[in-house]
Amino acid sequence: MAGSVRVTMTVNGAQQSAEVEPRLLLVHFLRETLGLTGTHVGCDTSNCGACTVHLNGEAIKSCTLLAAQADGAEIKTIEGMGQEGALHPLQEAFWEHHGLQCGYCTPGMIMASADLLERNPKPDEQEVREALAGNLCRCTGYHNIVKAVLAASEAS
Amino acid sequence: MAFGSVRRKEDARLIRGQGRFVDDMDLPGMLHGAVLRSPYAHAEILSIDVSAALQHPKVHAVLTAAELGDMAWMPTLSADTQAVLAGDRVLFQGQEVAFVVADDRYSARDALELIEVEYEPLPVVMDARSALAPGATPVRDEGNHVFDWEAGDRAATDAAFARAEVVVEQDMVFPRSHPAPMETCGAIAAYDRVEGKLTLWCTTQAPHAHRTMYALITGLPEHRIRVVSPDVGGGFGNKVPVYPGYVCAMAASMQLGLPVKWVEDRSENLMSTGFARDYAMRGRIAAARDGRILALDVDVLADHGAFNATAQPTRYPAGFFSVFTGSYDVEAAHCRVTGAFTNKAPGGVAYACSFRIAEAVYLVERLVDCLARELGVDPVALRRQNLIRPEQFPYASKTGWVYDSGEYEAALDEALRLADYSALRAEQAFKRSRGELMGIGISFFTEAVGAGPRKHMDMLGLAMNDGAAIRMSPTGTAQVAISVQTQGQGHETTFAQIVAHELGLSVDDVDVIHGDTDNTPYGLGTYGSRSTPVSGAATAIAARKVRDRARLVAAAMLEVAPEDLVWREGRWSVAGDPSVGASIPEIAAAARGTIDLPAGVETGLDAEAVYDPPNLTFPFGAYVCVVDIDPGTAVVKVRRFIAVDDCGVRINPMIVEGQIHGGLTDGIGMALMETIAFDEDGNCLAGSLMDYLIPTAVEVPDWETGMTVTPSPHHPIGAKGIGESATVGSPPAIVNAICDALEVAHIDMPCTPSRVWEAMP
Repeated sequence: MAGSVRVTMTVNGAQQSAEVEPRLLLVHFLRETLGLTGTHVGCDTSNCGACTVHLNGEAIKSCTLLAAQADGAEIKTIEGMGQEGALHPLQEAFWEHHGLQCGYCTPGMIMASADLLERNPKPDEQEVREALAGNLCRCTGYHNIVKAVLAASEAS
Repeated sequence: MAFGSVRRKEDARLIRGQGRFVDDMDLPGMLHGAVLRSPYAHAEILSIDVSAALQHPKVHAVLTAAELGDMAWMPTLSADTQAVLAGDRVLFQGQEVAFVVADDRYSARDALELIEVEYEPLPVVMDARSALAPGATPVRDEGNHVFDWEAGDRAATDAAFARAEVVVEQDMVFPRSHPAPMETCGAIAAYDRVEGKLTLWCTTQAPHAHRTMYALITGLPEHRIRVVSPDVGGGFGNKVPVYPGYVCAMAASMQLGLPVKWVEDRSENLMSTGFARDYAMRGRIAAARDGRILALDVDVLADHGAFNATAQPTRYPAGFFSVFTGSYDVEAAHCRVTGAFTNKAPGGVAYACSFRIAEAVYLVERLVDCLARELGVDPVALRRQNLIRPEQFPYASKTGWVYDSGEYEAALDEALRLADYSALRAEQAFKRSRGELMGIGISFFTEAVGAGPRKHMDMLGLAMNDGAAIRMSPTGTAQVAISVQTQGQGHETTFAQIVAHELGLSVDDVDVIHGDTDNTPYGLGTYGSRSTPVSGAATAIAARKVRDRARLVAAAMLEVAPEDLVWREGRWSVAGDPSVGASIPEIAAAARGTIDLPAGVETGLDAEAVYDPPNLTFPFGAYVCVVDIDPGTAVVKVRRFIAVDDCGVRINPMIVEGQIHGGLTDGIGMALMETIAFDEDGNCLAGSLMDYLIPTAVEVPDWETGMTVTPSPHHPIGAKGIGESATVGSPPAIVNAICDALEVAHIDMPCTPSRVWEAMP
């Protein structure tokens, strides 16, 4: 693949810059160029949401955006959730309510949930379910994830 | 008492994005592999030209069958051989044809496009019935017939049917589905030419069994192979078999002397890795007019795809399907299963099926409903009349199983109570009078998990036993290395709880080591809900060995006879004087210290156990499903689902519940949405998550769970497996509810709107 582009973005508060192929997907930029492997790949058709991160404050599926398209953007990944030594309320709630098992969907699930709570701080159960319909989980049956998101909403 | 809903140790890293899955790892010099796959379901390969791919500046190697030589074929878990890379002929769409190794995953995929393969398409065989028809195109040189297998007593069953007042027969298909773990399969192979040692980080549920397989495949001595299963993003049986991608990565690393990573895409996972089910069943049930079930009989055609790679114990080619008499005390039963090769991907046993028990439970629970419909009786009453009674355990089934324990009616009553069953029936009667479609489905199932006794069960000649090794530090903390491999089921927490429970330690003071064949005891891995029954038992027994050694050391410390010590509240103390005693940490320090140890007692408190289970465990459950069907769109909504499970002693109730929630969701997927379908040319129609639909948070209800506790009498801590119960038990409850709503005898899964529309009265 001929040619490369320089992309610069703020990821979890730190400025990052690299020469990349124009076709490089954002998810691979985050995982392979920056080594932020919390963001996962679960499909090849933009269905599963395991790659969900925040782009300028909104949840997006990073498998469906080129790194070059995120040039200049502010990105937040699971590694940027919570402060040093203190978990984000959603991380705490997923742990407390057993909202994860294999943990593969968890980073995307937490990022999508954070976006929901940003837009709608006090969602009801149905709103949580609909907001997470873009995030597939094979382990939990969603039950405890919904409980965790509602609990995090209560706590804040 | 360390049992209880303690929160999980493993979550600390997973919620922070600090898990370590195969594709997260990067090694110095690591290359990336990609597989070229067949576009045809059945075709001769006339030629393969890799020259253009080899000229790609970032390509290091292109492997074909010719290059692989002895490694072009590998043994399967069913004593068949499977092509690693196709040589003369491809047998299913998506089959592996060539393997490219390049600097990065993008270049590897670019190079796939540069390989020219000339195919001559052949006629395809796409289901077991046509595969076995006279004159069928042979999928394999040896023909399309894989096996015939029978269980039970045919003569007694025929006799019971001959004198039965009521006989109901029903054809049903448990369609091909796929476990589709969120993380696909992948591996990193790293061959060290200096040491002559191969390390494979791999998405495997059975790292030790894989190591033995890799020794057979590569010809390397087994002690120079290290398999590491790191964090695994869900398995569900998909990650038990050995896949060609793993072998190609190994072959490439051995050839190049550099690490090679291979991670498949979702489409590759769905099209080429272990599918589940694909059983076409003709079931018959015989009964007296008063509702007493006399006998069950079933003929099955099993579609195994192009290679028999089914993962099950050697002597059970149809897995444990013969537990199909379920929870009922019948006079006679017989089953016959015939396996066939077709032009589809291999597999069969996967997706939490407990070795074909998903199929068995579906069959019997549907047949009992068909019988209830024929007799005009309530399906709950019919079940209650025929359930095995508590005093009959251990119960010898007519197909050769000995069920360990069960209090079936108590579980049924609990489910009916939680559901308020009579109110549901009243609601249904009211809705029916208004033309609304509401259905109530029951499933009462018995599982058989924990394979298994070495007398009966092996894979590749390896007894299905598992181990645990406990190392006690001088400061009294413990590491327990186990031979099974979690894929999210929480072993890092629950196995620590077992050790803590047995030794009076804090759960935080016990860490679990798993997945690395260099530092864990040999065993057969995690599938078939066998971790708790087998390795869990080994863990308790190893801990008891620690405790027994500790008693001898404590006796020396306290200058009393061992017989004078009693184990109470986590300490060995003098009988009659609890103030004189020692805890495990105190004893561990002494055992590593300088006190005189009695003759025959070694330094330290380390202990190991390998457990050969005397029997399987037989957890059970009573499920009630309530569906509403939109009469205008035929969309089925599961409104309520009540699940009462009994898995004996619950080590961690929170984790058990999570297992159940996940399995119930599988049931909704299989019953309503999921199927791997093919067209008449053999094209896979479900090669992505656009077509292979799995439930989201919107399709599933808030699960309602309950429990009873009937311990397994033969298990050291009375615990039974639970992981697959809900996946096994829920599909018939959902289909029974749909049939109940539509007032039809049967509808095949998946009950999509179009199928339900067709079946509407």
